[in-house]
Amino acid sequence: MSDALVQARDLRKRFGAFEAVRGIDVDVARGEVFGFLGPNGAGKSSTMRMIACVSPRSGGSLQVLGMDPGSDGPRIRARIGVVPQLDNLDTELSVRENLEIYGRYFGLSRRRVRAKAAELLEFAQLTERAEDPVEPLSGGMKRRLTIARSLVNDPELLLLDEPTTGLDPQARHLLWDRLYRLKREGVTQIVTTHYMDEAEQLCDRLVVMDDGLIVAEGSPVELIERYSTREVLELRFLPEHRPAAGELAGLVERVEELPDRFLLYTADGERAQAEVARSGLRPLSALVRRSSLEDVFLRLTGRSLVD
Amino acid sequence: MAEVTAAVVPAPSASGRVPGRAGGIGIVVEHHWRWYRRNWRATVVSSVLQPLLFLLAFGVGFGALVSGSGRVEVATGGVGYLVWLAPALLAMSAVQSAAFESTYPVLSGFKWQRVYHAMAAGPLSAAQIGLGHLTWIALKMFASGAVYVIVIAVFGGVTGPGVAVSLVAATFTGTAVAALVMAFAATVENEGSAFTGLFRFVVIPMTLFSGTFFPVDRLPAVVRPLAWVSPLWHGTELARSAALGRWQPLAAAGHVAFLLVLLVIGAVLVARQFRRRLTP
Amino acid sequence: MSAPSAVPDVPLAPRLLPAGSYAGRARMLLLRSATASRRTWLAFVSGFFEPIFYLLAMGQGLGSLVGELPGPGGASLSYAAFIAPGLLAASAMNGAVFDSTYNVFFKLRYARLYDAMLATPLGPIDIALGEIGWALLRGGLYATGFLSVMAAFGLIASPWALLALPAALVVAFAFGAIGMAATSFMRSWQDFDLVTLAVLPMFLFATTFYPLSVYPRWLQLVVECLPLYHAVELMRALTTGAVHLGLLSHLGYFAVMIAVGVVLASRRLDALLLK
Repeated sequence: MSDALVQARDLRKRFGAFEAVRGIDVDVARGEVFGFLGPNGAGKSSTMRMIACVSPRSGGSLQVLGMDPGSDGPRIRARIGVVPQLDNLDTELSVRENLEIYGRYFGLSRRRVRAKAAELLEFAQLTERAEDPVEPLSGGMKRRLTIARSLVNDPELLLLDEPTTGLDPQARHLLWDRLYRLKREGVTQIVTTHYMDEAEQLCDRLVVMDDGLIVAEGSPVELIERYSTREVLELRFLPEHRPAAGELAGLVERVEELPDRFLLYTADGERAQAEVARSGLRPLSALVRRSSLEDVFLRLTGRSLVD
Repeated sequence: MAEVTAAVVPAPSASGRVPGRAGGIGIVVEHHWRWYRRNWRATVVSSVLQPLLFLLAFGVGFGALVSGSGRVEVATGGVGYLVWLAPALLAMSAVQSAAFESTYPVLSGFKWQRVYHAMAAGPLSAAQIGLGHLTWIALKMFASGAVYVIVIAVFGGVTGPGVAVSLVAATFTGTAVAALVMAFAATVENEGSAFTGLFRFVVIPMTLFSGTFFPVDRLPAVVRPLAWVSPLWHGTELARSAALGRWQPLAAAGHVAFLLVLLVIGAVLVARQFRRRLTP
Repeated sequence: MSAPSAVPDVPLAPRLLPAGSYAGRARMLLLRSATASRRTWLAFVSGFFEPIFYLLAMGQGLGSLVGELPGPGGASLSYAAFIAPGLLAASAMNGAVFDSTYNVFFKLRYARLYDAMLATPLGPIDIALGEIGWALLRGGLYATGFLSVMAAFGLIASPWALLALPAALVVAFAFGAIGMAATSFMRSWQDFDLVTLAVLPMFLFATTFYPLSVYPRWLQLVVECLPLYHAVELMRALTTGAVHLGLLSHLGYFAVMIAVGVVLASRRLDALLLK
């Protein structure tokens, strides 16, 4: 058995005439947290569904846990956990029943699911809400319950599709903490996200997807080093003072023009700011920050990630 | 950081105004009307076709089975079964659509589509939102009832202009029921079994035991008092006496008074429950 | 973490079906439905009362306008004894159609419950069998209750009536399978008017409340094509004891409905859920 838990070669997914995934190669090693980063419609969710064995591939090869999703779907699904993009908790059941019944779908014994549910309620900090219905729970609680549910079969591989979309900052941090704990326990994770900070926080390694293709691959630090500068100077102007992009181009390595601001890529942001001032431009505000994956994405695709 | 130099512009002046008591209700009715204009087809089945099928099945089909036996004439006081049944079906279909329109759509307004919350964000009061929806339901009931009267006439179930009063009586009964159901629906958080229970334990027995298909005196004496508390029985009596021209002033006044009391209680509860839920 | 012993033993027979669509665990859906119905017990119990309200009101009230009617064997029947088997058939239809349309549509499109189940070893066939199985279990309980009420009111004339219970299950299975297949084609709640449009006329016109002889001949032919008509005929023959070999033709009708419904429903579910 190869060391890769997931191995895809020239993997493709077509819906009618539209090709959502256009031939990607992916290797996910045991124990790592692997990310698919890209805007909505990049092909991340389609790829996840193929790995989860609920969407037949249209071309190429795919191995999950050394098996073929096309013929071994149930065997693979028995050993993975899935956190879907939208919560699909069973609203007719209580919090605890959601965990117990779900465990029964995996063929676990009554005794086993009862013990496991208690353990997972602790993990998700939902023990006090165990007997409540699901619907009144907050978004963060529902998300934690969905993650707890995906762990009921002690999966070797956990698939998380947009795990923190729509959550407030506090709930996101709590969730990231839980995912970090799982990583330390050795659970391999595949995460899709369109949040840069989430990818930087969670992923050991990631691929950037755009339009059904992988456009870059590496660790967050590697990607930033390869595709961006150390620092970025962000400038905003009043409409009447806004210069043409060409006026800024000579000052730094590279300039990106966005609807509301300019991004100036440079190794030394402070110095660039001084030069802007010297050239007589009058920005409304100026901010120096470190480069992030957002900048990598902008560089690779010419588009902003979150619209 | 560069200096911030904000341009000086005049402060915008808001154009919103607070509507009067009735004006607010009118705005809410207009909202429902705009939605309905685009989606009216969806309600044709429940508001017109369903009562038509009942008319055919019982007025025509069952009527053919029992005609000429002499038993029916005794029960109806001499008129044909279809003529006797038609005004009662008018009341029954008003009550059925009242019950339906004031359950799921109301819960949806609070919970799924949250239209009520959107309205409450403006200057409309909670009571205007609730009573506006109730008014809309009443108008719609009247309109589909009018269509139903034409259908009944086509099948020979109308004997005189009194049916216009039947239509008013049916709408009045339906509105009283809608108000009470709406006040209940406003307290429901989770549809679960609340509405199913309401339909199966209240609405269906009400349609079966209120003298629509047969006179109430055909039921065992112990069950008959149930009809007296049923708004549909009072509405059926009114609609039927109007259509057949058999007025008994004292009884009619009693029926109207009973329904009026229910309507007032219902409206007060609607205003209260909407206020509780929209302005916690 | 180590691999759990949760790899399903796929039984032999379903190997004929597409790989991965059946894990042999449909009974887990019964467990889920039973657990869920504890929370909505009122709705569950109310299903038992609806046909009984009809029987009491129509049997007593309308019956006073009708008197006696000729039954299937020629002997005359009280009106209550005439409509009771019709109501039994209609309630088998109504329950199965409700479960397989509204409930399945909600779980399929809104709660996305089946998506959650497919993330486990369960496949579309487990889901279809589990949901139809629950509808049958529930329908069987209601039919048992209704038959007991009929017996208590003296509306059962023959021991053949015992077979009305399995017959009700066959009827429910047929309507459930077709209902589930139809649901897989529904796009929005508005399409459910079509369900009402199919079910309500059958309830009202398929000889539940009066005999076929009321209609002109051409209309009789139309009514004889309706599935509920066959269900009512079957039930009425069994509860009155007018049993003959011709009844097997009704069963044949339902066998075809079941076959078409199950094949269509599982194919469509496969296509909808595993895209």
